[in-house]
Amino acid sequence: METQLTLLFFVLVLSIFLGFELISKVPSTLHTPLMSGANAISGITLVGALLASGSGFVSQPLTVLLGTAAVTFATINVVGGYLVTNRMLSMFKKKKAE
Amino acid sequence: MILFEQFNSEIVVNLIYILAAMLFIFGLKMLGSPETARRGNLVSASGMFLAVVVTLLDQSIIDFSFILIGVCIGSLIGFFAATRVKMTAMPEMVALFNGFGGIASLLVGSSEYLVGFDPNSALLIAIYLTVLIGGVTFSGSLIAWGKLSETISGKPFLYKGQQFVNALLLGFILLSGLEMIFFQGLFTENQFQILGIICLLAFTLGILFVIPIGGADMPVVIALLNSFSGLAACAAGFVILNNVLIVSGALVGASGLILTNIMCKAMNRSLANVLFSGFGAVTDTATGETADQGEVRPVNTADAYLILEAASSVLIVPGYGMAVAQAQHSVRELGELLEDNGAEVKYAIHPVAGRMPGHMNVLLAEANVSYDVLVEPEDVNPIMETVDVCMVIGANDVVNPDAKENEGSPIYGMPIIETDRAKTVFVLKRSMASGFAGIQNPLFFKSNTRMLFGDAKESVSNLVAEFKG
Repeated sequence: METQLTLLFFVLVLSIFLGFELISKVPSTLHTPLMSGANAISGITLVGALLASGSGFVSQPLTVLLGTAAVTFATINVVGGYLVTNRMLSMFKKKKAE
Repeated sequence: MILFEQFNSEIVVNLIYILAAMLFIFGLKMLGSPETARRGNLVSASGMFLAVVVTLLDQSIIDFSFILIGVCIGSLIGFFAATRVKMTAMPEMVALFNGFGGIASLLVGSSEYLVGFDPNSALLIAIYLTVLIGGVTFSGSLIAWGKLSETISGKPFLYKGQQFVNALLLGFILLSGLEMIFFQGLFTENQFQILGIICLLAFTLGILFVIPIGGADMPVVIALLNSFSGLAACAAGFVILNNVLIVSGALVGASGLILTNIMCKAMNRSLANVLFSGFGAVTDTATGETADQGEVRPVNTADAYLILEAASSVLIVPGYGMAVAQAQHSVRELGELLEDNGAEVKYAIHPVAGRMPGHMNVLLAEANVSYDVLVEPEDVNPIMETVDVCMVIGANDVVNPDAKENEGSPIYGMPIIETDRAKTVFVLKRSMASGFAGIQNPLFFKSNTRMLFGDAKESVSNLVAEFKG
């Protein structure tokens, strides 16, 4: 248990550093798609929601209800976030070379 | 053999989670350039797809009917929101989605808490943080959404004893955290009560945190709430001990923090100042009377056309006013006519020009302005003297020379687009009203400035007509 937590903390710290490195290279012109794309990524909580929602209504009614609500919200985030990001990015065009 | 397979599948699942995390990272890396960005988004989406599919194979899932209901409803709402939303309403949508991410994490944390596992203080801390951050993100985002969509007043809301109320609230939150983690039965009888209390306190904190902040500062707030929604997912990752949640949550958290920092710098204010000072409510004390403003020189369309026609370099400085007037398509048309006329046309975008980071770029992209003619203030300020005509369209505070020259000005020190140094400046404006900061703009009175009064879209269309004429 303790080693697993320590390992997860290690992952956390490295990810934060990686995040700062990655994001600071995103040009300001793409900051809005970055935010909506990040929104979609934060919908990863869907993974936890799926497990709760599928744990069986008969034995765990409350968990299933809370989990299903979480699945709904997280899916909105994932589906909506990726689609709207794609919609925005498809508008970014470079001038045609003449 | 069966034992071997189970052992194997757990490893495979974890490897696929790692692969999903890698796809998120690659996706974000590809967002580093407009050419690869769209593919990057697809890469990131395929990572999400993988993570979801592999989760559905988990043996602890015994009933798919509820999952199906949730996924269907969520997909429908997400699809319609994403395809219908207007680009001007993008900040509202992102605010709302931040909130959804927050509440989803809160619900995941709550369901894990109520399922009743062995009391373990590390997990309880993770659950407490998930519920707290998720709750603050949710209610805070709803308020931010309300302010952006003007459902509630965008004015900063300050009241007496605010600090005291906030301190009291934080005290309660700390206390309830101790109650949850060490469960002593101090003021609650069971898990439901303590969870309910923490949710309530988190929602209250979110509301009290965003409500004092003015509508004009919402870009900073949604960037920050974006970060929070990531941190909530991250905390949920510690609850269900899942590394992909931790990695992606941390990436989103870092992204939101960087954007928050950029927006604060663009306004030359500290985060604390944005969050706690209620800008706009206090500026009347600091207008710094600069009495002798001089006279305003209006210009009509015909004369403006003659000057533009002779210009060999034109810099367009759009502000949110341009988007409100829906003038971006006419502006793009004018830009193309100017280019056909032999002028070099660029658009200078200030980071706070729109209502969220990068918003103006998206609005211009929607109007078919190519991204390689969009420049940042620091690229264009050094060569401002060589610009023949600057067209300021619906922007005000971001071109206010007071930010450089007048130490008494509330926006002193804010980086601006130094249009006043161009040979000629056209300011397209409805009237002489001031910008959100409520301060006069000396640019309007400079000898090289010409005011083109009227609705921005109409003025630009008239110019377009002159060119075509």
